[in-house]
Amino acid sequence: MPHFFTEEHEAFRKSVRNWVEKELAPHALEWDRAGIFPREIFKQAGELGFLGIHHDPAYGGSGLDYWYVTAFCEELVRSRNAGVNMALLVQSQMATPIINDIGTDEQKREFLAPALAGEKIAALGVSEPGAGSDVAGIKTTAKRVGDDYVINGSKMWITNGTRADFITLAVRTGSEGFGGVSLLTFPTDVKGFGVSKKLDKVGNLSSDTAILYFEDCKVPVRYLLGEENEGFYHVMVNFQGERLVAALLATATMDLMLQDALQYGNERQAFGKPLNKFQVWRHKFVEHLTSLEAAKRLAYHAVELFDGKENPVKEISMAKLFAGDLAQRVAYDCQQFYGGMGYIEETHVARAWRDVRLLTIGGGTSEVMKEIISKLVGL
Amino acid sequence: MLFPMKILVTAKRVEDPESKIKVKPDGTGIVPEGLKYKINPFDEIAVEEALRLVAKHKGETVVVSIGGKEVHEQLRHAMAMGVDRAVWVNHTGPLDQMAIAGLLKKVCEKEKPDMAILGKQSIDDDQNQVGQYMAEWLGWGQATFASKHESLDSDAEKSKTPALVVGADGKTVKVVREVDGGLGTVECTLPAVVTTDLRLNQPRYAPLPGIMKAKSKPIEELTPAGLGVDVAPKLTVLKMSAPAPRKAGIKVPDVATLMQKLKTEAKVI
Repeated sequence: MPHFFTEEHEAFRKSVRNWVEKELAPHALEWDRAGIFPREIFKQAGELGFLGIHHDPAYGGSGLDYWYVTAFCEELVRSRNAGVNMALLVQSQMATPIINDIGTDEQKREFLAPALAGEKIAALGVSEPGAGSDVAGIKTTAKRVGDDYVINGSKMWITNGTRADFITLAVRTGSEGFGGVSLLTFPTDVKGFGVSKKLDKVGNLSSDTAILYFEDCKVPVRYLLGEENEGFYHVMVNFQGERLVAALLATATMDLMLQDALQYGNERQAFGKPLNKFQVWRHKFVEHLTSLEAAKRLAYHAVELFDGKENPVKEISMAKLFAGDLAQRVAYDCQQFYGGMGYIEETHVARAWRDVRLLTIGGGTSEVMKEIISKLVGL
Repeated sequence: MLFPMKILVTAKRVEDPESKIKVKPDGTGIVPEGLKYKINPFDEIAVEEALRLVAKHKGETVVVSIGGKEVHEQLRHAMAMGVDRAVWVNHTGPLDQMAIAGLLKKVCEKEKPDMAILGKQSIDDDQNQVGQYMAEWLGWGQATFASKHESLDSDAEKSKTPALVVGADGKTVKVVREVDGGLGTVECTLPAVVTTDLRLNQPRYAPLPGIMKAKSKPIEELTPAGLGVDVAPKLTVLKMSAPAPRKAGIKVPDVATLMQKLKTEAKVI
């Protein structure tokens, strides 16, 4: 057991695994086919304290370190359903940390507490049809009119988008560029808000990803998070948590894919011997297991720095880049290893192969990671 | 009016059936390397029932485990689910069912619970004897194989209603039991020993705040000598062996051949 996981971390890990294996995994295929999963799952996760691991205990969080989040991510992948994992982690690690960090007591009571309890579903509204990682380019505006902001524009790629009760929303309140971005808590029952479309994605099928529109949506000024025109910095900090989770999900997913494949290769016979006895596959798997170990250590290094309240942008970007890219090759080879069995929906690796594509795309593409790292190393 | 209940439950540390269990080549036991452990699943059901009863009646829950320091993991698990405090009988080495029942009897005499709820058996050696010995030696009522009429998908289960029903005077408990061919109901005078079957309830998951709280809940240490129990085994395990592996099945062309093979080869009809 590495030193950063104590007895309590391990007890927590066991509890998460128990829940994931009984409540999520048996429905993996069914929820992918349905394109959604029951809302009740948020409630269950909230009641078990899984949505507020590091959040403020005054609002229902547990105020714990990031190794608990790490253990949570590592066990969650056993759901065999990347859509559910993404939905829950958007709630706990992407849409709520900003409110936890800079929200007012009133905002925390209205939005944070019910989200941590799993009573309200949260989404993060940053990306737009014309701006993804390029947050300084967002066009959705919020104009101050008396005691309200009036919001116009649209958001895209919004996880939990079709049924979110509120959105942690990035808007333009000032001039062009990063200096004019603000953050708001936005309840989705406001007049003028709607879902344009639920997107048909390649993978993560059980998660609802949507395009949203805002037409003269009025919210009170008290919903502003932090200071006006200072939202850009908080979005950038928030990206780090999102990318670290992506790196951890990638390593945990690879771990599971490789374990599954090795077990399959022990049982499946071809030409009179188990598949694992073919040197071509043995060597390939050893290479992947070695790379995985490196990816995991890099991600753990980033967790250690992040948990020490540093902002290790370089290490997190590297961890996501490395693990995300590696996951493509591991998924490809694992699927290939299964032959025809790897090409049908019932086999986990088939859906995992599709789902891992997101790991080099979502939360900033591999190319964006490389640009960030380039700047940080002075290239 | 509801009377507060004090309930004692057990948490035996058993091999996790999901880890690979192998018998040692010399047959003296199982190979300990690579094994994982967990709370006996029947005991976990007992913990759940106790928590539901105390949620309804108020009172206190105490969990007991016997073994080396490693059983703290199971005690903490029960406390993470919500049990108030733990009693640890510190003992390493083999114990037979009479020694275990003897130790639990002494703990009951010390703690004086209204009810002791135990798993009907533990999934390691499946003896199904401790609850019965305990009740007999304590002179308490006993109700084994506790179950319920409602299914595990019912509303009663979802609302975490206890299946055991304590009488209005707080002096009796009504228990639905699994018996051959169905369910029977018995009523016992309290204090009583109840042992749990699989369909009594669906145990809760340990919530994160519960896991953190369990860290600071007290574990009281006792010893067999301190309790005055002679735990020298009266039973000795001579040899362990794995069941013979199943032979591969065969395909038969038609029903007639199947019937003939069942008659002449399998000799089951």
